[in-house]
Amino acid sequence: MSDDIFQGYKGQALKVLQDLHARVWGLVRMDTTRGLFEGTILPRSESDDDQHIVLKIATGYNIGIKVNTIRSITELGYQKAHYQIPEKEFPYSDDKPNVKLFGTGGTIASRLDYRTGAVIPAFSPGELYGAVPELADICNLTTDKLFAVFSENMGPEQYKTLAVAIAKEIRKGIDGVIIGHGTDTLHHTAAALTYMLDDLPVPVVLVGSQRSSDRPSSDAALNLMHAAYAAGHSDIAEVMVSMFGPTSDDYGFLHRGTRVRKMHSSYRSAFRTIGDIPLAKVVQDGVEMLKHPYNPRRRDRKVTALPYFEEKVTLVYYYPNMMPDVIDCLVDNGYKGIVIAGTGLGHVNKPLYPAIKRAVEKGVAIYMTVQTLWGYVHMYVYETGRDMLDLGVIPLQNMLPEVAYIKLGWALGQTNDLGKVNEIMLTPVNDDITEREPYNGYLIYQGGVPEVEEFIKKFRK
Amino acid sequence: MFLMKNEKIDPRQNYQTSREAVGYVPRAKATQEDYDRVGFKSGIEVHQQLKTRKKLFCNCPAGRYNRKGEYDAEIIRHMRPTLSELGEYDGTALMEFKTRKQIVYQIRNETACTYDIDDTPPFPLNRKALEIALELSLLCRLNIVGEVHIIRKQYLDGSIPTGFQRTAILGVEGVIQLKNKTVRIIQLSLEEDSCREVSDVGHVRVYQTDRLGIPLIETVTYPDFSHPDEVQEGAQYIRFLNRSTGKVLVGIGAGREDVNVSCRGGDRVEIKGVSHNRWIPELTHNEVFRQWSLLRIRDLLKKTVQDPRGWRISSKSLDAEEYGLIQPEVAKARESGYGCSALRLPGFRGMLSHFTQPGQMFADELSGRLKVIACIDKPNMIHSEELDPVLPPEFWDRIRNELQADEEDALVLLWGPEEDISTALETVEERCQLAFEGVPRESRKSFSDGTTVFERVLPGPNRMYPDTDSVPISLDYDAIEEIRSRLPLDVHEMYARMTEWGIPEDTYPYILRNNLFPLLTRIIEELEVDPVFAGTLFGHTLKHVEGRHPRSPDFRYEVIYDLMEHLKKEGIEPALAREMIEERYQHPQIDIESSLAAIKFKKVAEAEILEKIPVLCTIAEESGISEDSGARTRWMMGQLRPSARGNISLPELHRHVKEYNSQARAHSNREGAGQ
Repeated sequence: MSDDIFQGYKGQALKVLQDLHARVWGLVRMDTTRGLFEGTILPRSESDDDQHIVLKIATGYNIGIKVNTIRSITELGYQKAHYQIPEKEFPYSDDKPNVKLFGTGGTIASRLDYRTGAVIPAFSPGELYGAVPELADICNLTTDKLFAVFSENMGPEQYKTLAVAIAKEIRKGIDGVIIGHGTDTLHHTAAALTYMLDDLPVPVVLVGSQRSSDRPSSDAALNLMHAAYAAGHSDIAEVMVSMFGPTSDDYGFLHRGTRVRKMHSSYRSAFRTIGDIPLAKVVQDGVEMLKHPYNPRRRDRKVTALPYFEEKVTLVYYYPNMMPDVIDCLVDNGYKGIVIAGTGLGHVNKPLYPAIKRAVEKGVAIYMTVQTLWGYVHMYVYETGRDMLDLGVIPLQNMLPEVAYIKLGWALGQTNDLGKVNEIMLTPVNDDITEREPYNGYLIYQGGVPEVEEFIKKFRK
Repeated sequence: MFLMKNEKIDPRQNYQTSREAVGYVPRAKATQEDYDRVGFKSGIEVHQQLKTRKKLFCNCPAGRYNRKGEYDAEIIRHMRPTLSELGEYDGTALMEFKTRKQIVYQIRNETACTYDIDDTPPFPLNRKALEIALELSLLCRLNIVGEVHIIRKQYLDGSIPTGFQRTAILGVEGVIQLKNKTVRIIQLSLEEDSCREVSDVGHVRVYQTDRLGIPLIETVTYPDFSHPDEVQEGAQYIRFLNRSTGKVLVGIGAGREDVNVSCRGGDRVEIKGVSHNRWIPELTHNEVFRQWSLLRIRDLLKKTVQDPRGWRISSKSLDAEEYGLIQPEVAKARESGYGCSALRLPGFRGMLSHFTQPGQMFADELSGRLKVIACIDKPNMIHSEELDPVLPPEFWDRIRNELQADEEDALVLLWGPEEDISTALETVEERCQLAFEGVPRESRKSFSDGTTVFERVLPGPNRMYPDTDSVPISLDYDAIEEIRSRLPLDVHEMYARMTEWGIPEDTYPYILRNNLFPLLTRIIEELEVDPVFAGTLFGHTLKHVEGRHPRSPDFRYEVIYDLMEHLKKEGIEPALAREMIEERYQHPQIDIESSLAAIKFKKVAEAEILEKIPVLCTIAEESGISEDSGARTRWMMGQLRPSARGNISLPELHRHVKEYNSQARAHSNREGAGQ
């Protein structure tokens, strides 16, 4: 195919390559108005412009050459890059737990292709063993790639497929499950699996990385080891998220799937348990419980999958001056459930009332959560709250907005009976609603205060 | 020279004879022939920090430093090697991983942000830095790239928290013109500076993050240098060129050199982070002879060891107490949790005490690697060929016996934390195996005495990959031409101009180092000051004053221009400036008139001074001071100097006095003749 030898080039750059008989992977000398350049022509990123040709020069660096400066191109050689990932057989030992890793598309481990800069995902047990050999000291690992999607493209279909696959694997006798996942919506999937896997006998651990695994400083390998340990050895038979505790390479947290949230766009320690304390601390060879009680591991392998989800459910983030037509649109478009993330204790402004009233009358389930994330909805404190209650908006206590969205989709997926939906929503599952908020559940310290500075200096972030 | 099978070696004598056999000569005595004999070859990588307000990829202030131990938080990381496309770890990568270092970053909030510690993706590249780097690329006559690609260059030593340095090439294939040589430039890159190391003890290496991320350029030359002094000249030249823009940082650590050296048959060894150019000649001199020595060791080993591929050490762990290791040099071996092993190096007699560098021998190569790779702090070993034996011969006889070694073998005793011993044994074995090949590719740390020590294995070329967090930056014609239009003069042109002006050459380094050429030119051209005077005012007087007095924080070199301008305006002799430099240097904020008063200058009209000449002449005559050998003129000058100083140029006054005296003499002669 002609595309192959001009990989990624388009427009003027493509024309220059064609006219001057040059091709990708050709070692060339380019005579330009800016002088001579020598190197191997690399494929070009599709999103980059059509004004430059990329060369990898002898010292390993990449440079771009302007096509309108090129006088001639001489091919001196040709070497197409082809790569293979060597596999080493993942060692099996009888005394280690059996753990299954499901892949969803996030890169857990990878190798670099230095010629193209491409990141080649490592996924099979053999590949993973090559990249993170320590895993063999923790468990016997098998893998299964379910999808190849980015985190933001994970949705109800994937939740359901995952739940069914996990339940099947558990029934077959696995000792623990790991799910490799992009981090953006890791907490949505964690909530969904919590609801869709009833009465878990073994740990189900979701894990990702905040720094991609092609970097020497990546958190991926350590996260994976933590997850493998938690899945194979921990006593906690719940859906959990295992990610860095501090930003340092130190320990990970096991967060309950219904109380966890990504709280920073890029920090390694982005995942935090909200409104409670994390389940446990995890290191490469141990788990230290922090939270009691928890659902303990069982010997049996019975589990029920409840793969239901109604897609016509939404999450509305309220802001001052939100217009009622926002709600009307949703109703007109057939939405069956709306979770509102309200201000303060769970409020919206008066102009929205008629729209909410119309929605409730049309049988739309409307629930209130708080955009403060920490704390409970409390609709009796102010008149607005009481008005809302009168309109039929149901407060969800301290359930996190994203968790409420997932739970409402799951509930409406099972029944259209709003009474039953209400019962499902208000019956706590795995602490999605807690009866009390511990005093150490809300901890956002502010820097600059001497005692906080002292704490940071002493205990490392 | 050849020893019998069971003959013991005399290490001291062996060290001397091996040194002679290698043909080592002290640098002071070395000639170009000596360097040609060993095939001296060297190239440099000159690092220079740029003067920008902010760092290269974030908005932290650039060029601000914290004191050691001044930090707000610490972060721990470990660097994990990533596999290359061939599924293999790079040599350095593997070594760094073996060391299992815990890297601690000490962060000060004012100088580092979450980008620095790799918790936030990069912000767009600092455009000011790009502009300065382009200016320098043009000065090196490089072919400028059409598009800048930011790439990641892996570093696993922890010196950069991401594990890679973001760097980009701006130009390739340039030249610089030295006095007697044209040196080719391979490339110039713009990159982020790394952390400063605070300490490196055992398995913990501590860095501070203030320097991290400062824009830095790296100018890389071809290995075109063939004499140590030439390397220094090249390094100086590039440093002057960088400074000629006035847009780079100066001071300790702002410019650093990596020097690559090889001998004929040797391999590239990189001497890292040389912060003083004056160290370069000694370092490169010693390095080329170290390599030459390693080649001789290789040749000797080939004669004694039949099967290099099958060469292995054998070892035995010892109980330090049982073996009576009580000497202070081996005290650490008895610490709790420490292991101690004796090693037999078959066929290595005479190698451990073989000369490598002044004051060092092959055994030091082993010890250096033990420190870095096995993380065992020195002292970490002793051996059977110590110049000043620590352990009695009976000890070595016993070990020789137990390891079934004969006199052809060498013995090593090493110790360290129990868990590091196996790495230590591997490390010694590996280094000895490399001895059969000659010169290992490595980077070495420099010391001020001109010697070096192992730092790490040199990385392979496969450690660069595109930075997926950045987009390429197009460099357009107009932008480049705009920068080209305001380039400073080339350094070699500055040389030529100063030579033309007759300024003595010994002033050039000072003038160029401090980028004073533009100011000097202005003083000469705008203020019409004599070039030789102006050049030496900087290169002699100011340099002298700088070396002896504390510099006022308010002092800028422009202070000198202001001074010269004032003198011109007031009609005061420029020569007076020489006396005022010391005062202006220490108190530039004081007005110039007060400075003049401070040196007791009094304004006197020229006519007033000249009027005194006849009177003084008469006095001299009356006092019997004859003009025969110019004594009268000298005496009169002495009388006039205090008031003349600054008011009339002394050569001119001298001319007046002399003229008057010779006229007076002629007059008196005539009168005498008429009598």
